[in-house]
Amino acid sequence: MSRRVRQSLFIVSALALFGVLISAAREMPAFGHFYGAYGELLNRETVYERHVTDVVTAVNFDWRGIDTLGEESILFLAVIGATLLLRRQASEAGKSNNDDSRDDENKTRNVPLPSAATRVATLGLVGPLVVFGLYIVTHGHLTPGGGFQGGVVLATAPLLVYLAGDLKTFKKIISHVLVEAGEALGVGGFLLLGLPGMIIGGAYLRNVLAQGTTGNLFSGGMIPLINLCTGMAVAAGLISVIYAFLEHTLELRLQGKK
Amino acid sequence: MVVLQMTILLFVGITGTAVVFTRDPVRQVVGLSFYGIILGLLFFILQAPDVALSQITIGAVALPLMFMLCLAKVRRDSEQRKRQGKSAPRREAA
Amino acid sequence: MNPLPYIVAAWLFIIGLYGIVTSRNFIHLIMCLAVLQSSTYVFLLAIGYRIGGGPPVFATVPVGTPAVDPIVQALLLTDIVVEATVVALLLALAIEIHKNLGTMNPDEVVELQG
Repeated sequence: MSRRVRQSLFIVSALALFGVLISAAREMPAFGHFYGAYGELLNRETVYERHVTDVVTAVNFDWRGIDTLGEESILFLAVIGATLLLRRQASEAGKSNNDDSRDDENKTRNVPLPSAATRVATLGLVGPLVVFGLYIVTHGHLTPGGGFQGGVVLATAPLLVYLAGDLKTFKKIISHVLVEAGEALGVGGFLLLGLPGMIIGGAYLRNVLAQGTTGNLFSGGMIPLINLCTGMAVAAGLISVIYAFLEHTLELRLQGKK
Repeated sequence: MVVLQMTILLFVGITGTAVVFTRDPVRQVVGLSFYGIILGLLFFILQAPDVALSQITIGAVALPLMFMLCLAKVRRDSEQRKRQGKSAPRREAA
Repeated sequence: MNPLPYIVAAWLFIIGLYGIVTSRNFIHLIMCLAVLQSSTYVFLLAIGYRIGGGPPVFATVPVGTPAVDPIVQALLLTDIVVEATVVALLLALAIEIHKNLGTMNPDEVVELQG
């Protein structure tokens, strides 16, 4: 069917759907008065049973750890898919180099180096950003944070090196073999940390280590360990994806500078 | 504060509509980044600091970054195609 | 005030869907998908909210203080990170389509090839 017919059909059905959603919204419990028994129970019991103070991280990695394992495998597969689709074939590499280098030389040679202020500011902030990302990852069970958020902060730290114009160091950082190894170790570590629970006769991903005292860094049993694995997996995954997008551009700009 | 929550919710609705109605992808990326920050603010006002952290780092930094990289790559590919003389999309019979 | 969050979530859903259906560029389409996903975040957080509650973090307050629901927040924060990588996969697919067919317009990609 043509585009017009498709759009008019869509607008009619969208209005109908909107009407249904509005009438459903009017029958929901009033905003702010929803009583969820499971949430109330977890808020009351988590600090006493697991000795952690951040209930959301405990729900993610302990009470509903198996759901987080599913989400992390989605992340892993999406990263594999994106890097697989964007890798350069060997035949394509030889062909496009000859075509691109003639005309891209004009473009790549005219890119100026960033100013001194930019370079000082960005290179000076790389260290604090890495420390901040590690802080968010490791203190995830005490304050808001955790493996997912801290992993994303860590993954954006090498970009400051790219912004400073230091392309060689940037390429060395993000194409290092430890990035791929880190992602595999993160997801594999999460999988293996569930096994001690099964070995002692309980359920998979059961919290088997000693709980420690509330408020300390080493509390919560296995929650900090799973946190670290997740942080590693998320950071390495996002760096791999960024490298897959930037690989071709980086090589051309590095060749243009020689 | 009820007025604060209502204002931010209306703002989220308006900004989301603006992101959809911006047709040029390069301008839409900037709008998406702003939408990510406003959404993070809404999550913070609804007493969800973990979700707000996640949304601000992803929605305002990582997502626009990936869109920009994709746009740069597409532009380079289309210039390469034009140079090789294949500017029309390749279609089979009919 | 009462159903306003749900109305905003429904509106964002419909407007995201409209953007996807009437899009002329794959990258515009993927950004409208991001808006669509954010409507579910607003909806879930509005369900979990409790009036007078604080965040479900008991580092500085004693354990009895009223707090909002932690389960929807745990669901959402993994969802947001996974959304980013799924968007990366979709962008990689869009780049492949552009490389093979030379177009970024969904209306011109009509037949399956191969």
